[in-house]
Amino acid sequence: MDIFSNIALGLDVAISPINLLYAFVGVLVGTLIGVLPGIGPVATIAMLLPVTYGLEPVTALIMLAGIYYGASFGGSTTAILVNLPGEMSSVITVIDGHQMAKQGRAGPALCIAALGSLFAGSVAALVIAAFAPPLANLALKFDAAEYFSLMVLGLVAAVAIAGGSVLKAVLMTLLGLLLGIIGTDVNSGVSRFTFDVPELIDGIGFVAMTMGLFAFGEIAVNLEQADRRSIVTGRISGLWIKWAEFKQAFPAVLRGTAVGTMLGILPGGGATLSAFASYALEKKVAKDPSRFGKGAIEGVAGPESANNAGAQTSFIPMLTLGLPSNAVMALMVGALIIHDIQPGPQVMTSNPDLFWGLITSMWIGNFFLVILNLPMIGIWVRLLSVPYRLLYPLIVLACTIGAFSTNNNMFDVWVAMVFGVLGYMFIKLGCEPAPLLLGFILGPMLEENLRRALILSRGDFTVFVTRPISLTMLVIAAGLLFLIAAPAIRKKRQIVFAEER
Amino acid sequence: MELVRNPKDFLAGLLFMAFGIAALVLSHSYEIGEASRMGPGYFPRVLGILLLGLGAVLSLRGLRPTMEPQPEWRWRPLAIVLLGVGTFSLAPWLGVVITGALLVFISSSASQEFRWKEALVSGVVQGVAVVAIFVYGLGIPLPIWPVFVAGGQ
Repeated sequence: MDIFSNIALGLDVAISPINLLYAFVGVLVGTLIGVLPGIGPVATIAMLLPVTYGLEPVTALIMLAGIYYGASFGGSTTAILVNLPGEMSSVITVIDGHQMAKQGRAGPALCIAALGSLFAGSVAALVIAAFAPPLANLALKFDAAEYFSLMVLGLVAAVAIAGGSVLKAVLMTLLGLLLGIIGTDVNSGVSRFTFDVPELIDGIGFVAMTMGLFAFGEIAVNLEQADRRSIVTGRISGLWIKWAEFKQAFPAVLRGTAVGTMLGILPGGGATLSAFASYALEKKVAKDPSRFGKGAIEGVAGPESANNAGAQTSFIPMLTLGLPSNAVMALMVGALIIHDIQPGPQVMTSNPDLFWGLITSMWIGNFFLVILNLPMIGIWVRLLSVPYRLLYPLIVLACTIGAFSTNNNMFDVWVAMVFGVLGYMFIKLGCEPAPLLLGFILGPMLEENLRRALILSRGDFTVFVTRPISLTMLVIAAGLLFLIAAPAIRKKRQIVFAEER
Repeated sequence: MELVRNPKDFLAGLLFMAFGIAALVLSHSYEIGEASRMGPGYFPRVLGILLLGLGAVLSLRGLRPTMEPQPEWRWRPLAIVLLGVGTFSLAPWLGVVITGALLVFISSSASQEFRWKEALVSGVVQGVAVVAIFVYGLGIPLPIWPVFVAGGQ
C-alpha cells in the first residue's frame, strides 16, 4: 500500500462519527487542562484511561492523543494572556507572548500560535505517515539483542531530559524497572515481590501508580503554598493578524515546525524540549536579537509550532518500535496493552486502521483546536478564575474513582495512596517521577529481551556489541550519558530542561 | 559544621538503598540461574545491586557542600488528601453519593483557604455528579445509596 491509500484508509476511520466525537472530546479536555495549571496531561490521561475501556482501541487512542496535543496548545493561551504557562511546553511562550499581550497585541499572538500549531501539526502528521512505515520495517528485523539495546537507549534518553540530577534520574529508572517486574514471572511462573497478595500477581496497576505519583503527590506540594493566581486580562481586540506580522512570523513557523518534528522523533524528545530549542534558534537567526523578550512575534510563532510538531512526532517511536519516549507515550503504551494490542512494529500491519486512523485524526484534531480556541478564548480565560481549592478535590475524586474502576477493586485505591506518599517524597527530594514511569512500563520487556538475547547467544554478553544495530544504539546511549554528565552541559541542562507533564 | 550538607541527596540515596536492599532480601529465594538461562532471581538481583550501589553514591554525594536548601516536609496536606481518598473504601457500604461527598469535603480541608460551607456545597454537588458520570456512565459496580438504607443491593 502506498502512502495515499494508507491516508485514505485513515481518513475513513477518523471521520466516522464516533471517532470525530472523541477527537473533539480529547482536544476539548486537553485544552481545558492546558489552560488550568496544576493538572497536566499525564495525570489526565491516566484519569481517563478507565473511561476508554469500553471504546474501540482506535477511538481510545484518538481521544488520548487529542488530550496531549490539545494540552500543549491550551497552555499557550494562558501563557500569552495571564503570564502563566498552563503546561511546561508553553513556559517559553510566556516571554514574548505576554509582552505582546501587554502591548495590546494579544490577538495576533493568539492567532499566530493557533495557525502555527495547525501548520506544524499537519506537517508532523505527514512526516509520521511518510517515515513510520520504513522505520517499522527496519524494526521488524530486530532481534532480542537490538530490542534490549533500543530500550537502554530510550531509558538513557529519558534520563537525559529529566530535570535535576542525572544520578537521581538513573536511580528512578532502576526503581521503575524493579517495580515493573512485580508479579508473575512469565518464564518461570514464580510470583515475585507479591507478598502473597492476590491483587499483585498481575503486577502493580500502572493507572493507580501514575495517579499517586503525578496527581496526589503534586497536589500535596501545591497545597503547601497559598493560591497566588491573579487574573490580569484586558479586552482582546481583533483576533486577526496583520499581513506584515504574518510575513514576519511565517519563517519562524517553518523553522519551529522543522525543529519540533526532528526533536520529537528522538527518544526522550517531545513538546517541551522542542519549544525550548526553537526559541533558542529564533534568537540566533534574528537580525536584531534584542527584540526578544519585548514582544517579538517570532518568539511565539516558533516555539508554539515546535511544541505541537514535537508532541505529534513523539508518537513515531511509540507506534513503530513500541518504545515510549516520554511519560505520556508510556501511558499510550499502557492503553494499547489494556486493549490487548502488543505495541511494536507489527501494529502497523496487524492494526492498520488503528495506526492510520490515529495519524489522520491528528489533522482533524488540529482543526478542532483552532475552531475551539480562537472564538472561545474568553471562556477559557474565565475558567482560570476557578480557585484551586475548588479544583483539586475534584481531581482527587476523579483519580480515586478512576483508580478503583481499572479493576473495580479497592486495592488499586490503596496502591494510589502509597504512591501518593512516594510521589510527595520524590518531589521533595528533587527526583523527577517521569523516568520511573518509563522504567515501569519497560521493565518486563527489558528483562524478557535480555533473557532471550542471552539464551540465543548461550550466555555470551558480547552479543550486544557484535551486532551492528545493537552496537550503534549502545554507542549512542553511552555518548548521551557522557554528554549529560559533562559539567558544562550539565549546568545548561539544569536551566533548560524540565519534564514533560 | 554538619556532616550532611545536602539532605535532599542524602535522604534520596537512603531511600533508593532501602529499595535495593528490599529487592535483594526478597529475591533471595528466587533462583538466579545463569546468563544463558536466567532464572527469576537474576534481573531483580542486578537491579537491587545497582540501586544499592548507586544509592550509596548519591548519599555520599550528599556529604559534599552544596547550595541545596533543606527540604521542608509538610505532611498535613498530604495526610488529609489521602485520608479523603481512603474514605472511598467505605463506598461498598455507604454508597458512592455519600462517600464521594465525604471525599471532596475531607480533601478540601487540606487547603489553607478552606471554607467549610463552600466545601460542603461542592462536596454534595460533586457527589451527585460522580454518580451521574461514573456509576451510570461507566457501570461501576458500587451501590449508590448506603446498603443499610436501601436494604442492600
